Amino acid sequence: MIEVKDIHKSFGEAHILKGITTTFEKGKTNLVIGQSGSGKTVFLKCLLGLFSPEVGDIVYDDKVYANLSGDEQRDLRQEMGMVFQGSALFDSLTVAGNVQFPLEMFTKQSKSEMQDRVDTVLKRVNLIDAHHKFPSEISGGMQKRVAIARAIVMNPKYLFCDEPNSGLDPKTAILIDNLIKEITEEYHIVTIINTHDMNSVMQIGEKILFLKNGLKEWEGTKHEIFKTDNEAVTGFVYSSDLFKKVRQMYIEERN
Amino acid sequence: MLFLPEEVNFCFMNYLAQIGSYFLMLREVFKKPTKWRIMKTLILKEIDELVYSSLGIIIFISFFIGAVVTIQTALNLNNPLIPKNLIAFATRQSVILEFAPTFVSIIMAGKVGSYITSSIGTMRVTEQIDALEVMGVNALNYLVFPKIIAMLFYPFAIAIAMYVGIFGGWLAGVFGGFLTNADFVTGLTLDFIPFHIAYAFIKTLLFAIVIATVPAFHGFYMKGGALEVGKASTTAFVWTSVVIIILNYILTQLLLG
Repeated sequence: MIEVKDIHKSFGEAHILKGITTTFEKGKTNLVIGQSGSGKTVFLKCLLGLFSPEVGDIVYDDKVYANLSGDEQRDLRQEMGMVFQGSALFDSLTVAGNVQFPLEMFTKQSKSEMQDRVDTVLKRVNLIDAHHKFPSEISGGMQKRVAIARAIVMNPKYLFCDEPNSGLDPKTAILIDNLIKEITEEYHIVTIINTHDMNSVMQIGEKILFLKNGLKEWEGTKHEIFKTDNEAVTGFVYSSDLFKKVRQMYIEERN
Repeated sequence: MLFLPEEVNFCFMNYLAQIGSYFLMLREVFKKPTKWRIMKTLILKEIDELVYSSLGIIIFISFFIGAVVTIQTALNLNNPLIPKNLIAFATRQSVILEFAPTFVSIIMAGKVGSYITSSIGTMRVTEQIDALEVMGVNALNYLVFPKIIAMLFYPFAIAIAMYVGIFGGWLAGVFGGFLTNADFVTGLTLDFIPFHIAYAFIKTLLFAIVIATVPAFHGFYMKGGALEVGKASTTAFVWTSVVIIILNYILTQLLLG
């Protein structure tokens, strides 16, 4: 579980996060949504330990990040997996090399043990014949799968995804969403996803946190988001006619 | 400082901050080392990319620089009282003291430096450096340390540059009819001071570290997109050249002055 307690983060004069408190549970896909500039990325980078909040604490299963020593923080980071918006695969390494990278860096496994683990996770993300290809030789959807495989290869406790669907066609986007959800349940990990994609919200949003101007405006589940009267949330989530109709149908169905 | 206009003050403080950040980066490079098993491969790869693959251009430039220095010296020494072997002496001194270590290093600041800035800068833009940091890898050690170690082999390339430069001078001098083979050999050994070789290699070693680290600094801390990667490469080349030239002056004054 990750507990976020009243975190504030500023860059110079700009106060980006203005006191966010929330909890992210294990085995659930937690989505962070909000308009561009709402503080989502800064929030995610704080959770990853890349930015230090000036005020407030982030607690990872009873470990307060700010109270940990440098080595303990690095150890904790090895329990985190991250899927970047642009996949962030290493260009100079093959697909297998990318997935194997954290194992080579942080474990004492033999080559055959590492290869077995790489095969297992690549199979898990449905990539079987791409071991020797370079990132530039595979599609965007495949790159995302490799990024997910690299993120889970060390059996992380926490999985963070920044816009995992951006740049993907709707069908592949749904496949990636479902894959993340399955992995979250299977590995029983805390998954936090930054997204703009309302399909993801409806598909896998077990907990949704809506940020506005650096503040927590609303939180709830994908079912609750249909019923909420919060104007900021409805204005953002149901900005398209399609989603307005979907919401209307959902409410009528419930009544 | 107080008497300077605000813009100049700001610029000066900005440069100071940059220099401070550069030295802080150097400190970080040596912290939390990457596993030797991985580092060994990275170092060999960097030796190949930074030093070995530069040998062609180094040989090409050195050969012609040596030849041109010989011809220029020969054409300007037309007093019959000046012995012809001074042409070879001048070639040797110019090539060993300046052209091989300094001139070639400026060329390498362009070739190797821009490669280092653009490769690290692209990793920054495409979030690959963030990925390393999130994993708990010391990205500076992983990316910059192998380049520094690889560039320690750069003096070997400069030794080849010295040899090829003098060889180019011999070919142009003897076969161009400016002096005889015997005059060239006499001039080459005339008043030879072994410390000059040591001076040249001390310079080369320091230039090598500058060529590895200044472009890495500009690539690692760059902000923006693809356009900024290009700008960072240009800036890195300018600053690497400036540092090499200033360092060249200081070292010459300290070691030979």
